[in-house]
Order: sequence, then C-alpha cells, then structure tokens
Amino acid sequence: MSTAAGQGRPFPHRNLLGISQLNQYEILDLIDRAEAMIPVSRQQRKSLPTLSGKTQINLFFEPSTRTQASFEIAGKRLGAQVTNMSVRTSSVAKGETLIDTAATLNAMQPDVIIVRHPASGAVELLSQKVGCAVINAGDGAHEHPTQALLDALTIRQHKGRLSGLTVAICGDIANSRVARSNLLLLGAMQVRTRVIAPRTLLPRGIETLATEVFTDMRRGLEGTDVVMMLRLQHERAAGRLIPSVREYYRFYGLDADKLALAKPDAIVMHPGPMNRGVEIDPAIADGPRSVITHQVEMGVAVRMAVLDALLADPTQVAA
Amino acid sequence: MSTPPLVVSNARIVDPASGRDQQGALLVEDGRITAVAAGKPPGAPESATIIDARGLVLGPGLIDMRVFTGEPGHEYRETLASASEAAAAGGVTTFVVMPDTTPVVDDGAIVDFIIRRAAATAKVNVLPAAALTKGLRGEEITEFGLLKEAGAVCLSDGRHSIQSAGLMRAAMTYAANFDLPVVHHVADQSLVGDGVMNEGQLATVSGLKGIPAEAETIPLARDLQLAALTGARYHAAQVSTAGSVELLAAAKRRAPTASAGISINNLALNENDVVPYRTFFKLSPPLRSEDDRRAMIEGLNAGTIDVIHSAHDPQDSEVKRQPFAEASEGAIGLETLLAAALRLVHSGDVPLMTVLRAMTQRPAEILGLPSGRLAAGAPADFILVDPDYPWIVAEKDIVSRSRNTAFESARLQGAVMQTFVAGRSVFRHAAWREGGR
Repeated sequence: MSTAAGQGRPFPHRNLLGISQLNQYEILDLIDRAEAMIPVSRQQRKSLPTLSGKTQINLFFEPSTRTQASFEIAGKRLGAQVTNMSVRTSSVAKGETLIDTAATLNAMQPDVIIVRHPASGAVELLSQKVGCAVINAGDGAHEHPTQALLDALTIRQHKGRLSGLTVAICGDIANSRVARSNLLLLGAMQVRTRVIAPRTLLPRGIETLATEVFTDMRRGLEGTDVVMMLRLQHERAAGRLIPSVREYYRFYGLDADKLALAKPDAIVMHPGPMNRGVEIDPAIADGPRSVITHQVEMGVAVRMAVLDALLADPTQVAA
Repeated sequence: MSTPPLVVSNARIVDPASGRDQQGALLVEDGRITAVAAGKPPGAPESATIIDARGLVLGPGLIDMRVFTGEPGHEYRETLASASEAAAAGGVTTFVVMPDTTPVVDDGAIVDFIIRRAAATAKVNVLPAAALTKGLRGEEITEFGLLKEAGAVCLSDGRHSIQSAGLMRAAMTYAANFDLPVVHHVADQSLVGDGVMNEGQLATVSGLKGIPAEAETIPLARDLQLAALTGARYHAAQVSTAGSVELLAAAKRRAPTASAGISINNLALNENDVVPYRTFFKLSPPLRSEDDRRAMIEGLNAGTIDVIHSAHDPQDSEVKRQPFAEASEGAIGLETLLAAALRLVHSGDVPLMTVLRAMTQRPAEILGLPSGRLAAGAPADFILVDPDYPWIVAEKDIVSRSRNTAFESARLQGAVMQTFVAGRSVFRHAAWREGGR
C-alpha cells in the first residue's frame, strides 16, 4: 500500500492548471502515480490516509455530475474532507465576481480547490488569488488536464505504451478543452495525433497542435490505434456550424463502417457524457472495443494521484 | 484676464504642418502664437516671461480623437476633469470625447452639457462627438444639424458599429449636408460574434474565440465605397489589420476625404501581449499579429493611416479583473500616448515628424480645427517634450481615475515636461529643470 501512495517523490508544481505547464517526465510521473493508485480502488478497503485532515473544495461554475463525483471520490479515498460547491445558482448570480468568490473560499483555509469554469483562463485567475493548491477541472475551451491524463493512462493500459501510437481525435475540436489537453499531452509523449472534424469545427492554427488534420473521417481513421470521440454540443452547433445532426452523424459519427478503417485492435474512447446517435453509434459505444467505462475508472486513479502529488507530505508517507 | 507674453526659447521646434524642425523660439501673446522663429523671436516685449527649453522638443499640443470618459453617468470611472488632468500630463491639449455615456450624447442639450461642464472643470480643450444614431442603437440617425449647432465636432457611434449599409449610406449622405465628419468604428458584429482576441493560433491554444481580420475589412470596404458615393468626410475610427491598410490606400485615390485612425495600442503592442489572459490587453479592435502591426507602421509612414489616438477607455477593476472572455474591453491611454508613440521613433520605425503629424496636424485637418500647428495666429496649445526621458509606468503615478493601462510596468522613453493650453501651463513634470538637465 505504501508503494501506491505518493512514493515519496516531490512534485514540482503547486497547482495543476494545464498540461501545457508539464514536461514529458512530469506527465509520465503522474501517469505512473495514477497507475499505482488503481489497486486502492479495487480493494475492499478503498482508502489511503495521505490526505487525512486536509480540506478539499470542489468549486463548479458549470454543472458536471461525473467530473465532480470523480474528484469527490478521489479526495475521500485519500482521507480528505470534501465540500462540493455549485456556484451557478448561488453568489455569482448575485454579481459576486470570481475573485470575490476566491477570496471568500480562501479565508476558509482549504488545502486544495478544484475548479471548473465556463471561461478559458478563469482557473488560472482564481489560482492567483488563493493560498492553496488549485486543480483545473476544465476551463472553457482551454484545458482539462486530468481528462488528458486519464485518457493517456487508459491508452497505456490497453496498448502497453504511448510513444509511436496514432490517436485520432474526432468531433468538435473548436470548442473542446479535452481535445486541447489531449493534443498537448500526446504531442509531448511522441504520439502521432490526428484531428478529424468538419472545417467549421476546426479552429485556426490547430495544425500547430496536431500532427495531421483531416476533414474526411474515413481517411483520418485509417490505421489509427485509438479513436477518441468528442461530445458535440449539437444544440449550439445546429444550423450554423453543422446543418443537422443526421448530416453530422453521416459524415462524422463513429459507426462500425468507419471504425473498420482503424486498426483491428483499435480502441474507442469518449470523455462523456455521450450523445448516442449523434457522434457515436450506440452499438460502438457499448461494444467490445469501447473502453469508455475504463476511462471513468482511470479518472478516479488519476485524480487521486494528482491530489496526492500536490498535497501529500512526502516525509510522512515515507515514514 | 490676459497673461503676460511668453517666450519659449532654445527649443527644438518640430511642427509637422510647416515641416519645420529647427532650433528656435516661440512667442505667445493673449493665448495665441504670435511668432515662431529661429533664434530670438522679433518683437518680444521686455515684459515677457522667458522659458529656456534647452534640450527639449517644442511641438504642437496633441489632439486625441478618441477618448471615453464616464461623465455623465459613470463618474467613478472618469470625469471630464480627471480625463483632462490625464490629458495634460500626456501632452494632449485637445481631445474628442466619445458619446458613449449615460445618457448618450445624442441630443443637442447633452452636447451643450458636455461643453459647459468641460469649460467649467477641464484643463484642456474638450470637443464632443455626437452620436451618429439615437441611443447608439444603429437604427435611426440623430439630428446632425442641431448637434452641430450645439457644438459637436463630428458624428460617431463610439464603441458601436453601424451594421446596416443602408443606414450608413443615409447617415453619410445627411452628414455631408452639414459637412460633419463621420467617425466610425468598423466591426461586423456577425463576424466578431463571441470573439475576444485576434483569431489565430494564439486564440486557439488559449481556448478563446477569435475575431477575424475580415470583421474589420468587410465593413471598412463598405464604408469606403459609401464615402466615395456620398462624398462624406469619412474617418475610420480605428483600423488594425494589414488588409485595412490595403483598402485605405486604394480608396483614398477615389475618395480623398476618407481618412483613418489607429489606436497607439495597435501600433505598439501585438496579440502576444494578451497571453496569458491579460485582460488589460483586451481591446477593440483586438491586438493583432506582429505582421499586422508592421503593416500598420508602414501605413502610417506612407500616410495611409492619418491619425494616432489613445483610445483612452477607463474601466474599473471590477469589470477588468475577470476571466478574459467576461472582462470589459478597453484601456486608458492619455498619459502614455506620446511616450508609447515615441517607442516607434526610438526603434527607428517612424520619424518623429510623422508620429507628431498623426497626433496634431492630421486630426486638426480632419476636424477642421485651428490648433495642431505652431503658426502665428494659432491657439498657443503646445508641449515641451524630453524625447529621451526614461520612466516606468507605475500604477501609483496614474493620474486618470481608472487604472486599466495596457502599459503597466512598461519602460518608456520620452515624457512631456510641460503642457500649455492657450498659453497657460496646465502641467509641469516634477523632473523638469529649466535650462537643460
């Protein structure tokens, strides 16, 4: 059990705001730490004491049942006291600024604040105003670092490695923080990345983040090891960025026909929540090549590892 | 009350309107310049006060065509008086105040209020721009004739842009009737959309929505064609893209009354300054690429871009210290306008004469003002500048009521040592010692 804990290695950052702040060794270190956390969640007594006595606040300005639950469970399994705050309906609606909220929470002396916010850069702004660790649980279309780490861990668990693989990320690249964090992480780990989307969902300059850019999904999927689908915000995109869900599904939805072009052992991923029948055929989402529920399990391990890396006192763990 | 005559001697006189750049002296009597001469001015009376401006540049006072204040309606951001203090400190002796106030300056009575209020409280000349459309809503034109009679010097919808080509044609046609300049911020709202910074790789990596250059060039092309059609005195309030310079260069051949301005921010800064999420650099138009900035400098040198302004836009920290997409646009700039422009001079990109012309002679010509030049008979609005004085922009030294400067902690070279409006000193730099340093 002590091997599963912080392993006594110091982690050189106070916050986890984005993959862009990490080098490949730090990324690998976090993935290794997360892998070591997996057994904790699989045993009968699912706890480690490393965050005992610490206070964790989950501050979500955007509703997200699964990410919030994942961070909550991760914190609790490490012994932290976890408080959930959904700010959408409370003080911010009354005109309190993000900085006011940060100052208020900071006065309650938390050890870590986990923040999701609809505006890019908001988590970094908040981190400048508090005296504790901050973890970005998704800011606008900017970054979602723990998602990229859990995706990388999932891929490594299934493929045994990262370097040399070809990963296709398909869908609403323009509005996706998951895509950006994944492109940064996979790029740092020598993974060949492809983005696949209609031109309306490809932001300017994306070619500097991805190895290759495709608008033809069939060509883009050829020979890939991993197919990562993104959620389409179809309520927002309809009529402007895409003409209809049925046209989107026809050209960019993952079905058996298109998946057949990827490698025979290619895995299918999705950060959730899925729109079955919009970006993915339900038969694929729930089929044998889908690792989507495995991603959810890895999410808890990754968040435990990140919390542990940022908060655990290495000397105490070693003792 | 008349003041004694004033002689400013031993200065390097730089006057774009006459092309003069020589050592000399200026004679001021009764608020007007009465002589500009190499050496001692003829006819200077014995009683004259003499200022020895050795080592300094003497130029016309700056005319800033784009200044926002919060008066009336948001005086905590800036009043006409506090803006005029900032202007005096920055060497700006005349500024055009935008109509984006509460209430909007879309009625002769409010123009009159601004003029009276400025006369009672401001240290420098304040010229009101009247709204082009009622309530700045872009739907119905205002009473151009009555607004002009009340004292408006131009028509502008300030931060707002007219979306309808038909309305713009009507506005320009009617403005030409009263010979009033139409000063227009060009931005196609359907292309700006939710954009908050220049579109491109930096916006994509930051996860911010971009504003394409075409959001500016498309309405600019439209306006320039309408200016040629209507013969209106059209001034593109602020341009920021290489494409706009091309459009202007071509259009000026057909519509010589068309002109364009640029914010000093778009000349001195670029989109890299925005990263990471620095909201004091969130501006409209957004800071563009370095290639665009270089093109704007070329446009300025070629005379395609006529005017440099501060785009002084005071915002309180409440609306500025926000996540980038949610923060207000705009930065103050009256105090740093000249020093930031001198960056272009010190870097060798633009001659001093050209920089000064864009802040004196050209705005005066566009607005039809007697100032902006050092000539006998002109108002004695002038500045003494130490072009090499080094300083660092510090929040505590800011004169403006708001603190949202895009030059916070910037190292600048060149400062205004003294500012005169109608022959009276309205600002004197603490570091200035007469007769050279």
